[in-house]
Amino acid sequence: MDLFEHQARELFEEHGILVPRAEVTDSPKEAREIARRLGGRVVVKAQVKTGGRGKAGGVKLAADPAATELTARQILGMDIKGHTVGKVMLAQPVDIESEFYVSYVLDRAAGRFLAIASAEGGMDIEEVAATRPDAVARVHIDPAEGVTSAKATEIAEAADLPPHTVDVLVRLWDVLIREDAVLVEVNPLVRTAQGQILALDGKVTLDDNARFRQARWGDQESAHDDPLEAAAAAKGLNYVKLDGEVGIIGNGAGLVMSTLDVVAGCGARPANFLDIGGGASAQIMADGLSVILSDPAVKSVFVNVFGGITACDAVADGIVQALDTVQLTKPLVVRLDGNNAVRGRAILDDRAHPLVQQATTMDGAARRAAQLANAI
Amino acid sequence: MAIYLTKESKVLVQGMTGGEGMKHTRRMLAAGTDVVGGVNPRKAGQTVDFDDRAVPVFGSVHEGIEATGADVTVVFVPPAFAKAAVVEAADAGIGLAVVITEGIPVHDSVAFTTYAKTKGTRIIGPNCPGLITPGQSNAGIIPADITKSGRIGLVSKSGTLTYQLMYELRDIGFSTCVGIGGDPVVGTTHIDCLAAFQDDPDTELIVLIGEIGGDAEERAAAYVREHVTKPVIGYIAGFTAPEGKTMGHAGAIVSGSSGTAQAKKEALEAAGVRVGDTPTETARLVLAVLEERP
Repeated sequence: MDLFEHQARELFEEHGILVPRAEVTDSPKEAREIARRLGGRVVVKAQVKTGGRGKAGGVKLAADPAATELTARQILGMDIKGHTVGKVMLAQPVDIESEFYVSYVLDRAAGRFLAIASAEGGMDIEEVAATRPDAVARVHIDPAEGVTSAKATEIAEAADLPPHTVDVLVRLWDVLIREDAVLVEVNPLVRTAQGQILALDGKVTLDDNARFRQARWGDQESAHDDPLEAAAAAKGLNYVKLDGEVGIIGNGAGLVMSTLDVVAGCGARPANFLDIGGGASAQIMADGLSVILSDPAVKSVFVNVFGGITACDAVADGIVQALDTVQLTKPLVVRLDGNNAVRGRAILDDRAHPLVQQATTMDGAARRAAQLANAI
Repeated sequence: MAIYLTKESKVLVQGMTGGEGMKHTRRMLAAGTDVVGGVNPRKAGQTVDFDDRAVPVFGSVHEGIEATGADVTVVFVPPAFAKAAVVEAADAGIGLAVVITEGIPVHDSVAFTTYAKTKGTRIIGPNCPGLITPGQSNAGIIPADITKSGRIGLVSKSGTLTYQLMYELRDIGFSTCVGIGGDPVVGTTHIDCLAAFQDDPDTELIVLIGEIGGDAEERAAAYVREHVTKPVIGYIAGFTAPEGKTMGHAGAIVSGSSGTAQAKKEALEAAGVRVGDTPTETARLVLAVLEERP
């Protein structure tokens, strides 16, 4: 789960990293009050979980409380790359002397975390890495040791950062470990004219797998902007909304991704990703079908199940039971393959639902589902 | 021969007495796996009856190894305890730990995969279906009855895609199928398996299944070009996955241009790997290549 900037800022502050004074609000009127408290002049920053806010006009300097209210009014409700701005953060401006970049990211290939640091902060680090690779230091972290002062010194020296940043690097590692984050990034980390090292903007991504031991975030559901995704999440379904017309249900993430590709290869667009897992019980099948059928864009549905541990006859029983509880409104193409496939197909044949068709191969079923979607 | 797992493998199950552990231990035994014991400190000394076999429960992996000579462990323990279970197994000197558990925090995976390396323990997984050497042994949750023993080696991030290919190619059969898992950090990579299959005299051809996210397939492609002389057939899932969305597997997320299915396919093809557009076409490519061979 990605955190908003203001949440990242709070975490940094809790772990002893200096941050600018700031408050967050969803009301322009309150923004004016906050600006007054912060000394009049503030930076108004859209709180969205995407990059490129500045370019989109989501970060603006306001000269006084009245201007702050006006600016907050402009930014609140703004659409930035499909994200609607619900809150703004108002921060005291900082007298910047120099800007740096620091982050800890997972290096999947090495199976370890990597410190990335550069004395050229404030801009897109990928661009710096591409144009001036020598300006970006990369240091792997041994999980057993973590970032000690010695390690932080090594990182700072490799990136040519001032010695004052060592303490921040140690504390930032603390944020990563204690909060079970998979990414912690500060860009820019700045040195002020007064010589303080301040985290001006930050990004933190938490590990969803660690929620069981991170009570604070446990009850905060990942935000689902899409109502269908929210409905599916409420039923515990692994569902992602897409832009097409062919509803997809399958078992296993890899097989479902593959199903999307095969449908796309047949000239139709998949409407969703839905992985019902190995069990494929009647209840899950019914829940999945009802979410997909409530998507007005869906014109046909493709159920693609490989019967492994749960054999195809059990899956077919599940589909038949689901058809008793869900009113089928769109044609359903079912492909059952694997253990007891013949018996499973016979069960569906016996049910003889007018809107249910079967195909014996994944490619053939995808073609049929695509045809049905394109014909309507 | 096969890789990593043979009929000689003596297998412990950590978490055997839990629901999933019981279910899959029974299946593993039915597939011929020599399951020599379970591990559960609270049930040490008991035995669990699986049809015609009574399997002892040990208080620790160390005790299990001492008593049985076990060299493989399959881990079903819940995410909160998985790290401790794997570290215990590595400390006890197990050769191979197959971590089925899904939902392990990534810091734990980083810690135990790194630690296991220092102890000489190979980790497969986490969040994986395990591995099977058909006709000999099955360590994990792969259905054993959808294929048979043969000359194809298979390595995959995905469970059900593995099963699909195992089933489509059941008439040829497999030396070993390894599900390495879909998490961002895994103990055994595509490259490890490619190297092992290259050295395995029972493997004639290798099927490599990948999906979006990370650059493991690109690195595997570079490895194939340099080191693999056996034919490799590939399949990549996730061409239509939108940017920035997680597709079930924690690792299957595309951000920016790297890690896309297209980039992976191109990298593999540039290394001489033929890549199928669908699982079925991939199976056909395998058959075609095997027919060309003497």
